[in-house]
Amino acid sequence: MTNLAVAAEVAPALLTETGDVGGGEVVLFWILAPIMVLAALGLLFVRRAVHAAFMVIIVMISLAFLYTAQDAPFLGVAQVVVYTGAVMMLFLFVLMLVGVDASDSLVETIKGQRWIGYLLGLGLAAVLVGVISATTMPRPIGMDDANADTNPVGLARLIFSDWVFTFELAGVLLVIAAVGALVLTHRQRIGAPQKQKERADRRVLAAASGQTHLTPLPAPGVYARSNAVDTPALDASGRPIETSVSRVLRIRGQERGIEDLASATVDVYESITGEEIDASRAAEISEITGDQPNSEETTEGE
Amino acid sequence: MTLTHYLILSGILFSIGAATVLVRRNAIIVFMGIELMLNATNLAFVTFARMHGDLNGQIMAFFVMVVAAAEVVVGLAIIVAIFRTRRSASVDDVNLLKN
Repeated sequence: MTNLAVAAEVAPALLTETGDVGGGEVVLFWILAPIMVLAALGLLFVRRAVHAAFMVIIVMISLAFLYTAQDAPFLGVAQVVVYTGAVMMLFLFVLMLVGVDASDSLVETIKGQRWIGYLLGLGLAAVLVGVISATTMPRPIGMDDANADTNPVGLARLIFSDWVFTFELAGVLLVIAAVGALVLTHRQRIGAPQKQKERADRRVLAAASGQTHLTPLPAPGVYARSNAVDTPALDASGRPIETSVSRVLRIRGQERGIEDLASATVDVYESITGEEIDASRAAEISEITGDQPNSEETTEGE
Repeated sequence: MTLTHYLILSGILFSIGAATVLVRRNAIIVFMGIELMLNATNLAFVTFARMHGDLNGQIMAFFVMVVAAAEVVVGLAIIVAIFRTRRSASVDDVNLLKN
């Protein structure tokens, strides 16, 4: 409460004798107004829903600044808390549910609807701006008297006297909205619930029929010069295990063959032990890598 | 600069919000357009409150905020419910009542 009062004192709305706005408020307005209009136009033209939400957040925060400048610090804070804090976060949550990359389709179901929409918007803007600028407004009074006991206190006095019934109705409305959202998003369960036992049974059945593994898949191989996920592990007989490399890498053809690593491993073995691998062992290695299903030699041979 | 500038800004924002509702197809963006219109009216309320030196305008803006919050909750719940059945958030795909 005191912070709000301080904010109102620090940024007093300056109304000159003729009713013009003066002081820093002019600067604030001319900085924020173009930003707000540009951001609002962004909402109109931007393709992706997340970017549109970001534009709306910019507009709403700028509005909070303008409210505070216009001697309505309570509304300025409420604007940040309610709109940017709650409403726009709710929008972003729903965007995540619906799919963040949800973008607008450009197919028109009603012919020319897009241009008619733009035209109507322009017309509305022209009418509103024309009417507002043609109207003779009374000389502005300013909020100095109304905000004599600080803005929140003045608002509270009014809300809990003149507008108390409306306030209670608003509370009822919020309760109804919350219950309504619960009812609307409630999903009826079709069929029996799938609990841990059912899921485990299904998994064992699938393994028994040979579709999946019951155990985790083998890890990729660890070698002298490589422990990356694209190198297959070797089984007990020294042959590469196909399932130890991710299926995606295998389909993309990014799997590395054993023959790419064999020479490095042999070199390291020799440098550590100081003895050369004998000929029969080397032949064994080349035999294994030679008949490896993914090696280039076999594909060339075929 | 007079208070009229605020009102003109409010009018421009309202028109852009209305155009968004007319032009865009994504139901969520249409909702954002409605929010923009509500915010523009709030700016007008606050400006008029200052013009007349009367706090009732700010009270009105406060109630607009409350109703907007309730409206967003229900509206987004409807969008989620429709998305579950139709796998789409486009307002064109909601022709359940057509046939």
